Amino acid sequence: MTTAPYIQFFDGADAPRHDLLGGKCASLVALTQAGMPVPPGFAITTASYDAFIAAAGIEQDIHSMLAHLDADDVAEVDRVSAQLRYEIESRPVPAAVRADFVAAYHALQARFSEPVPVAVRSSATAEDLPDASFAGQQDTYLWLNGIDDVTEHIRRCWASLFTSRAITYRLKNNIPNEGLSMAVAVQKMVNARAAGVAITMDPTTGDRSKIVMEASYGLGELVVSGLVTPDNVTVDKIMLMVVKRVIGDKHAELVPDPANTGLVELEVSAARRAVLSISETEITAIATIAKKAEKHFTCPQDIEWALDRDLPNGQNLLLLQSRPETVHSSRTKTDAAGPARTTGYGIESITRSLLVQAGKATD
Amino acid sequence: MTEKSFPSPYDQAPADGAEGWKELYAYNLVFQQNRREVEEAKFWFCDSQHWPTVTKPFETIGFEFAVSCLGQYNTRHLLIPPANGIEFRIHNGYVFMSPVGVPESEIAARVPEFMARAGHYFQNWDGLLEQWQGKIRGTIDELGALNFDALPDKVNINDVTSGKGTGPNNDLLAQYDALIALTYRAWQYHFEFLNLGYVAYLDFFSFCKEVFPGIPDQAVAKMVQGVDMELFRPDDELKKLAKLAIELGLTGLFGNTANPEQTLAGITAVTGGPEWIAAFNDAKDPWFNFTVGNGFYAHDKYWLDHLELPLGYISDYIGRLQAGQTIDRPVAELVAERDRITEEYSELLSPEQLAAFEGKLGLARQVYPYVENHNFYIEHWTMGVFWRKARQLSAMLQEQGFWPDADGMFFLRRDEVREALFDYVTGWAVGAPAIGPSYWPEEVERRRVIVDALQKQRPQPALNTPPAVITEPFTLMLWGITSDQIKNWLGDSDAPEGEFRGMAASSGVAEGPARVISSSDQLSEVQEGDILVAPVTAPSWGPIFGKIRATVTDIGGMMSHAAIVCREYGMPAVTGTGTASSQIVTGQWLRVDGNNGTVTIVLDHADADHAHDLSLAHEAVIQLEQALDGPVLEGSHA
Repeated sequence: MTTAPYIQFFDGADAPRHDLLGGKCASLVALTQAGMPVPPGFAITTASYDAFIAAAGIEQDIHSMLAHLDADDVAEVDRVSAQLRYEIESRPVPAAVRADFVAAYHALQARFSEPVPVAVRSSATAEDLPDASFAGQQDTYLWLNGIDDVTEHIRRCWASLFTSRAITYRLKNNIPNEGLSMAVAVQKMVNARAAGVAITMDPTTGDRSKIVMEASYGLGELVVSGLVTPDNVTVDKIMLMVVKRVIGDKHAELVPDPANTGLVELEVSAARRAVLSISETEITAIATIAKKAEKHFTCPQDIEWALDRDLPNGQNLLLLQSRPETVHSSRTKTDAAGPARTTGYGIESITRSLLVQAGKATD
Repeated sequence: MTEKSFPSPYDQAPADGAEGWKELYAYNLVFQQNRREVEEAKFWFCDSQHWPTVTKPFETIGFEFAVSCLGQYNTRHLLIPPANGIEFRIHNGYVFMSPVGVPESEIAARVPEFMARAGHYFQNWDGLLEQWQGKIRGTIDELGALNFDALPDKVNINDVTSGKGTGPNNDLLAQYDALIALTYRAWQYHFEFLNLGYVAYLDFFSFCKEVFPGIPDQAVAKMVQGVDMELFRPDDELKKLAKLAIELGLTGLFGNTANPEQTLAGITAVTGGPEWIAAFNDAKDPWFNFTVGNGFYAHDKYWLDHLELPLGYISDYIGRLQAGQTIDRPVAELVAERDRITEEYSELLSPEQLAAFEGKLGLARQVYPYVENHNFYIEHWTMGVFWRKARQLSAMLQEQGFWPDADGMFFLRRDEVREALFDYVTGWAVGAPAIGPSYWPEEVERRRVIVDALQKQRPQPALNTPPAVITEPFTLMLWGITSDQIKNWLGDSDAPEGEFRGMAASSGVAEGPARVISSSDQLSEVQEGDILVAPVTAPSWGPIFGKIRATVTDIGGMMSHAAIVCREYGMPAVTGTGTASSQIVTGQWLRVDGNNGTVTIVLDHADADHAHDLSLAHEAVIQLEQALDGPVLEGSHA
């Protein structure tokens, strides 16, 4: 077996390995390889993290500090969390790992005519599994400029394995600390005009013939974290036709600051709040891409998407994430489409339909 | 519940110059003064889908026969549990309808009757339909054999010597009675299968709505509809003839088709010409029994009577073929799309649901062809013969001095026509002039003025207070009169200025200049790339569908002819917009979204410069859409 690489580009040739890339990065590699428009970037693999921990010589300390922790002892959990994160954030990265990262970072930047900001996101191996809604337990850092800023946040991602929330979650869900590792995604930042999520089913009814999307102005973080009321659009998945639109208030948007050095939250004008944040054409494009992701992964998907204002119309829809929809997809087909009163066929069911249609039958 | 109402027919003054219009029509067709309370309690909608313009007195036969036969089948033959027929009135010259429900207490008793009667038809569909073909063709043949020649000066000697005992006057009256009776018969045949077609469709439709809440109506229509219907044969025949003309090297002979005798003679005279003429004659009968209207008006032009129409279309097709265009309907694509849609919905169903889905869809597909094809047999073929005969009679009486113009008879009610005929035969018998020529010319002229005055005023979309929810299945299916539609008419729509909402009848998005057409006589104005805007369209407009980018109509549901035809031609359509054709002006730049049922006036006046910019914008939209299906979503980001 060859040594596991420290870095893997999303558009490289290697197949995505969950243990090496974590859930998020594995999915980004798979999506890229499936021809989806994923913003370019690379994964800092779990091999990097493992090499870092080994070089730091703190593996045993971690295990012993977590071994007898009581999840309900909040003060003690906080104390251990702070200490572990300090250990990780203060240690140097091994030279070989750093060299590969620096090369990858420059290779990514070299694809653009001028330096681009990146996002750094954690990609845990225990995250995003179909039966453990672990999403959001790890960290995301947006709009980072320059290699030093990026390096610092990679270490913070690694450290985020040991936030109080993460420690408590693992304790309560009996997820062992042995073999705990983390990959980190470094990805070109999307300058989103509008962004949001889409689920390839109707989560309120379980109807799998629908795609339900939420959309708001600016970066998608405010939608994902529930800080704005987004537009809500339901599309028929087979016909790609809009069947319902609810305009959300969308009072704020997260956009780059004027100096392009970071993000700033701005108020959205009344006129822009009153209309949908995405056009009909964009709705169709988002639905198409969500449907494609579902087809590729062969189960209902929950995607994050963004419309990049720096790219021309028609090429500006980007897919940031696609993961299995975990809440409803465990339901069986029978209830997925809802109970039908008009089963059977022929004259009996025709008669029943006529009565139901005219409101003359209760069943 | 909406609190707004439409006006009462009793509060509406007739159009200027149309005073006394009610006397033109039979007493039972108008809102009678002493029935105000009864009539105002009902909700009436205007059927401008079938009767978009004022109906002349003789022409009431169309809705009287059609709508009463529809009712007859619901009420007396099939006993559809919740639905009786549809009442109809004429108001200010336009046709209004009001569905009649079944009292709650009678519904249960109708269920077993309905199941026995309708069940028999569904079980024996193919055999009964074959029998129907025989019946309707027999009826058309009988109609075709009618003859309204003027009476001879003296009875034929053979009729005297044979001891026949009656004269040709007797036959003439009998022929008129037969004209009416045969047509009434044909309209009963029309509904023998149609209502059943709709209820089977409705069953599948309701099931889809239940298992896939909010499924677009268009999805259901696309799964059911056929693609190779007899209703499209006339247009397909023209395309075949265009190809044959190219094959035989006859294209130079279609330059001027305004004079069909001359064109046809020119073709006959050249090598290969007789072969083409033989094919043309084969196609003519029956496929040119095709009206540019809808079969309900005396002035409807049928291809068979106006060969310049099909010849003109053939000439158009030749031109498009020579320019390298495809003229065939995208049949293979339509079939592939139908199969894809069906498969993708099927995949989401449990085994039990799937069995119901397939059973219902199977039945709907079996009965559906009738829903389209009957239109050719009745509205086009039967009514084509009917109007030809009626025009012959009108022209004959014109010659006898009953009215100055060939169409005079259509200003008489059909019972008045019988009176006039009796007047004519009486004059003939007595040997003294009939009274008609000194009575009807002035009266017909008086009526013509009233009809013209009525014609100048558009009808209200509906009358009185609408119900909270529309549930009557035929009103929903045929006319697309939904609760939302009524809201639209009442001006409660939340559509912004310059936008019209209707039914997303056929998918796709298109932009282009509006071409507002209010009658089939304007069809020749339609230019390549136009968006057709009309109160209503007819199936026979197929030949111009290859030129246009989208269709917008004022009225019509998913099953209206405009909707069916647009789906068959794979063209975006929004139907049932209510008022688009009276508010949109030719030349305005429109965007028609057949996925969402919206029509937007993008620019008020597409002057030359703008039109140029906009066609670039249109190109961009097309590119974008092509991109969305293809490389953009596949594409890399680098």
